Amino acid sequence: MPKITYITHDKQSQTVEVQNGLTVMEGAVQNDIPGIDADCGGGMACATCHVYVKEDWLNKLPTKEDGEEDMLDMAFEPKTNSRLSCQLTVSAELDGLIVNIPSKQT
Amino acid sequence: MIKTDALIIGAGPTGLFTAHQLKLIGLDCEVVDNLDKIGGQCIELYPDKPIYDIPAVPECTGEELTNNLINQLKPFDIKFHLGERVDEVKKDNDNWIVKTNNGKSFSTPNVIIAGGVGSFEPRKFSPKECEKFENKSLFYSVQNKKVFEGKTVTIFGGGDSALDWAVELTKISKVNLVHRRDEFRGAQATLNKVKELTSAGKINLSTKYQLASVNGSNKIESIDIKSDDGETKNLKTDYVLGFFGLVMQLGPIANWGLNINKKTIAVDTEKFETNQKGIYAVGDICTYPGKLRLILSGFHEGALAARACFKLARPNEKYRFEFTTTSSNLLKRLGKKD
Repeated sequence: MPKITYITHDKQSQTVEVQNGLTVMEGAVQNDIPGIDADCGGGMACATCHVYVKEDWLNKLPTKEDGEEDMLDMAFEPKTNSRLSCQLTVSAELDGLIVNIPSKQT
Repeated sequence: MIKTDALIIGAGPTGLFTAHQLKLIGLDCEVVDNLDKIGGQCIELYPDKPIYDIPAVPECTGEELTNNLINQLKPFDIKFHLGERVDEVKKDNDNWIVKTNNGKSFSTPNVIIAGGVGSFEPRKFSPKECEKFENKSLFYSVQNKKVFEGKTVTIFGGGDSALDWAVELTKISKVNLVHRRDEFRGAQATLNKVKELTSAGKINLSTKYQLASVNGSNKIESIDIKSDDGETKNLKTDYVLGFFGLVMQLGPIANWGLNINKKTIAVDTEKFETNQKGIYAVGDICTYPGKLRLILSGFHEGALAARACFKLARPNEKYRFEFTTTSSNLLKRLGKKD
């Protein structure tokens, strides 16, 4: 299974195996990784599963669908490497992905 | 003090159908919601998005679902208290005393929390010092635009609210508009208007900037905005407006002595009652083994919680299960029979 590394704001790093087809958000929620709220449950409607993707991964990820950037406007301290983790579906290509979790989601 | 058989907190789909079930079995109920409109997440988050998993409704949008639920409540007289947040729930003998932020109070044996993922609150700026200017020279909504007359107002955001107010306030104020990227999302006509006003020098536009800090003692004198590549600009301004949509906060519910884990409230699956007798939780806000966060689950949970309310609201009567197809009692309540 692909491995995803989540780094929390206080620099706690956790690498977990996430099943293909789940999202990076679901991987965090199922493994009790703190800092990803996912209030809307993956509907791209709340921007509380916001993560910063490590720069060298940015171009390897699926491109943003219409609406993701609009939701990121609402996120807490968005940057150019911001993504909504509910929009990142885990596959072999994402094996080794590292995401940083912002200090808060709201 | 308003007396009622059951008070529902939350006017989303689950709260609405729970109201239907309460009225159908002959109980009174009142509904409180923090938003100024009925519909909850369906209206606030996805009014135009189609939903495909409502039983017997192949496809409908959040707005259509809400309108259908409101129609289904037509036979009943239900009082909605919108734009009010429940702040306090306290035990008083057999009743709960519920108070809202507007000073309304209710006395009821049954409180049903159908609060989704909490109450919607405006999303705020990140610099800490913003808090001390909030509602004085920094706002997340406009109550009275007159205060901005002849002043400089800096508006943050890229959606309809930010753009509409930027256009509107150019008539009476000096307007700065700041957004984190070049693209805006808003009605095309508004976008064109913003472009036009920017070219005419009526809107001072800064894109790819975000708020870094706010300066001033009692009121805001200037702000610093920072670009992605670290460049900082100082803007003189009297007022700051932020339009970043709404977020859901569990809010005061956290203080009512309920068993809360990860923003959800633990309930049993017979009555959907919490650890407090007479307080129930239904819909997205409740959790139990196997919980699905689907609208249809909220309907089921509300129907059962309503039956549980009957026992506390009518301790001397026995609840009898009846079908709407055959029961003359139910048909009377539905206005289908004299």
